[in-house]
Amino acid sequence: MVSHANSGPRWSRRNFLATSVVSTMSVTLLDHPPADAAPASAANPRDPIVTNTTINGRHYRMAIDVRTTLLDALREHVGLTGSKKGCDHGQCGACTVLVDGRRILSCLTLAASTEGKNITTIEGLAQADGKLHPMQQAFIDHDAFQCGYCTPGQILSAVACVAEGHAESEAAIREYMSGNLCRCAAYPNIVDAIKQAKNKMEGA
Amino acid sequence: MQPFHFARTADARSAVLMHGSSLRDASPDPANASTQYLAGGTTLLDLMKLGVMRPGQVIDINDLEHTKAGAIEFAADGLRLGAMSRMSAAAEHPDIRRNFPAVSQSLQFAASAQIRNMASLGGNVLQRDVQPSLAVLRNPTWFNPGISGEPHDFRDSDPHHRSANV
Repeated sequence: MVSHANSGPRWSRRNFLATSVVSTMSVTLLDHPPADAAPASAANPRDPIVTNTTINGRHYRMAIDVRTTLLDALREHVGLTGSKKGCDHGQCGACTVLVDGRRILSCLTLAASTEGKNITTIEGLAQADGKLHPMQQAFIDHDAFQCGYCTPGQILSAVACVAEGHAESEAAIREYMSGNLCRCAAYPNIVDAIKQAKNKMEGA
Repeated sequence: MQPFHFARTADARSAVLMHGSSLRDASPDPANASTQYLAGGTTLLDLMKLGVMRPGQVIDINDLEHTKAGAIEFAADGLRLGAMSRMSAAAEHPDIRRNFPAVSQSLQFAASAQIRNMASLGGNVLQRDVQPSLAVLRNPTWFNPGISGEPHDFRDSDPHHRSANV
């Protein structure tokens, strides 16, 4: 079901025609999006679709199976494996990323739905020179992870939680971070980390 | 998950016209329709992964959030919640918190913050169990934005009727 960007079916005239038709259509749609858009493709639903997304400030153009979730697109096509697949059904929060600044579950989002959006993954938090985001630093300072599997989702969720104004108290942090499960039970340290980062992020 | 045709629109009328499959479908249950609207996806994609829902066409209507369909409006006769407004937007709206606390309080802790950011109120209504706070409000009504201006009583218990009017 998931095709890789650099591997896949052997090159054939059929593949070439299918790919070039999709590419042509996608360029046309990007230049002149019709107000009452007809279905994007009358072709075979198993044909790849093309998406254009900005991820961590870089533009990515992907030709992928229509069923590809944002999580699988990030991990399998773009190679950003920081976002984790914990349950793949929206229950654990390990796949949390930011789309246009809002925290969402990438396992329940189609990559096709992210056309034109700005996505931030865990890989996009640190600065170019390697300086960690205050939330990342706080998670280290407070030993807020053990196995680390939930951690990328926790950090992104926490960044958004602070931005939403939902980190005003320990009770609020626990409630508004409840969508991110931690089987290692690092919760007390996660709460402490968020408290520290909130102060840094709000310029204290 | 079965493959499907994917289409996306920011126009309510186009979304309704693109749908049109209910006449062709064998089953009268809109949940089994071959074309499904995709909003937050917190139910549709979950069920598609399980093979419970197998639409042949998916119409992404998320861009309607930025139209009147996603608006939260206050008028003399009450509160209008657009079907494409997100649960988090309604839960956090200062005027809803102040004047309709039953609505904001029932929404603000539901599911998770991530799901509340994704989930549309229209999709919330389509859940099997009707949003209890909405059901007890006086004169809750339900408008179909695309076809007619006829309001429907929200408390209409027929889930098929509710589903057909998204």
